[in-house]
Amino acid sequence: MSAVSRIENKIKQNWFLFSELVKRDFKEKYKRTALGMVWSLLSPLLNLFVMSMVFSHFFRRKMVHYTIYLFSGNIIMSYFVESTKGGMSALMNNSKIFSKINVSKYLFVLSKSVSSLINFMLTMIVYFIFIKLDHLHYTWKYFMLPYPVICLTVFCIGVSLCLSALYVFFRDTQYLYDVFLTLLRYLSAIFYSIETFSPKAQRMFLFNPVYVFIKYFRLIVIEDKVPSLAYHGLCFFYAAFFMSLGLWIYKRYNHQFIYYI
Amino acid sequence: MTKAIELDNVSIRYITGDFKSIGLKEFVLRKITGNYHIVEFWADRHVTFSLEQGDMLGIIGINGAGKSTLLKAITGIMIPIEGTIKINGKIAALLELASGFDNELTVRENTYLRGALLGYTKKFMDEKYDEIIEFAELENFQDYSFKQLSSGMKSRLAFSIACLVNPDILILDEVLSVGDGSFREKSGNRMKEILDTGVTGILVSHSLSQVRELCNKVLWLDRGNQIAFGETEDICNAYQHFLYQKKKERQLPESMEEIHEISRKYKLFVRLAEEERRSGENEELIASETAAQCERRWWKTIEAMPQDQLEELYKYYVDVDDNGMTMHERHRFYDD
Repeated sequence: MSAVSRIENKIKQNWFLFSELVKRDFKEKYKRTALGMVWSLLSPLLNLFVMSMVFSHFFRRKMVHYTIYLFSGNIIMSYFVESTKGGMSALMNNSKIFSKINVSKYLFVLSKSVSSLINFMLTMIVYFIFIKLDHLHYTWKYFMLPYPVICLTVFCIGVSLCLSALYVFFRDTQYLYDVFLTLLRYLSAIFYSIETFSPKAQRMFLFNPVYVFIKYFRLIVIEDKVPSLAYHGLCFFYAAFFMSLGLWIYKRYNHQFIYYI
Repeated sequence: MTKAIELDNVSIRYITGDFKSIGLKEFVLRKITGNYHIVEFWADRHVTFSLEQGDMLGIIGINGAGKSTLLKAITGIMIPIEGTIKINGKIAALLELASGFDNELTVRENTYLRGALLGYTKKFMDEKYDEIIEFAELENFQDYSFKQLSSGMKSRLAFSIACLVNPDILILDEVLSVGDGSFREKSGNRMKEILDTGVTGILVSHSLSQVRELCNKVLWLDRGNQIAFGETEDICNAYQHFLYQKKKERQLPESMEEIHEISRKYKLFVRLAEEERRSGENEELIASETAAQCERRWWKTIEAMPQDQLEELYKYYVDVDDNGMTMHERHRFYDD
């Protein structure tokens, strides 16, 4: 067998395994609910409904296109949470497999991320319907949206790789991460606007990657503006940084996982 | 001839201790107070052997000898701390078969998933799927959820998937006892079929008779140390003798010479015990004692014999002529 066809074979095998894993993760998610796939469309809707009730009626928050403002923050935050939490436990949940069969372990993390991404795409459909309902117009600028989605996905995979390794070593990572996520949710300006803060404080928000991605969506959809080049650079930086960190940790500790399970 | 497997001075270290499943909080606390201890132990130490293509190796040793760990290193699941492992060819490993399936998926989905995990391609699985199900005798259960199957069915499926390929190297960890009687026979036959194609095999087994039957090389491990590697019969005899001793009195042989010596005595014991049984003497004693007790009794007798008498007995019962027969066998052959 020549080197080229061997590599080709390797990719084919890994691709088959990868697609089977994605299928499994996806099926597992919906098998136990009667509504199945519809649930992934319904759940962000219900979530949105509750939040807009609470904030626009009880707190009397008045903002133009507040529903979409809320929705943008909500779906991106949910995607991040689902993807990283799923990714975090991906290694532990499959420990029985990789302690018996020699298989590339990162595939488990990757497949969880992809099945979250598919789910995110489904909620995006609802998102676009709401944009229309909120009397906003689709423009050519919407074609920029795949950029933050790709960066966000790479970012999520990077974070998942770090967390999954950490979770193998320290089981309370799960609880600590839950606390962290609650904090992050409040710091991501999902239901409030940051315009009332001082310019310095507003800049601080850019240290939060999730907020950066949320803001990208809001700029395009609500304000009809294309973010600056530097802003694109920032998105790319977060994706590249966390991905490199994840890969580095994975490469370094890959062979030690087996001692801890 | 090319070597199929070459292990050179392989050592594998496990780490255990109270660090397992402690949280981050506990870890930091213990680091600060200096209470963080890792216990390292060598699961395998300086293991060196090589197999030619077509060899069948049996790995023997009491529990905790490092047999399974060694298999994990050979399959690439674990990485040795020292030494090198060279593998020529595609490995199929059957380690603790039934675990690692997904309970929520159906039999069909699990079959594909396992196939993918073992590195088969989709095309290959499409072609072989029916054959797998037929071999596992699960034709009527294909769309059942996996948790509805009995554990025997699960093992059968696992075995069928893993044995479908024609690997270059086959690794078996106590798996020849899968399923009920008829399936065990079928799987045993399939195993022999694969072995007959000239693959290199490694078998971990607690059944010495199985090792004697299937293997032409044996590796004896004890607490991670390599006690012996070589031809089956002598090492198996020495190991059997080792097992027959009381736990506290067990002594590991230190050289191959010693193993040959023990094996020779062991063969003599087998003959003498056979003769004793046939003669009808000591019938009550034989009926009341275990195999180990019988061996220990004879061993004492043999050890106490003067050297010249022992040599006579060896000549009569153990040493073989050109036809592979002992003098004793020849006499009995002509008597009949």
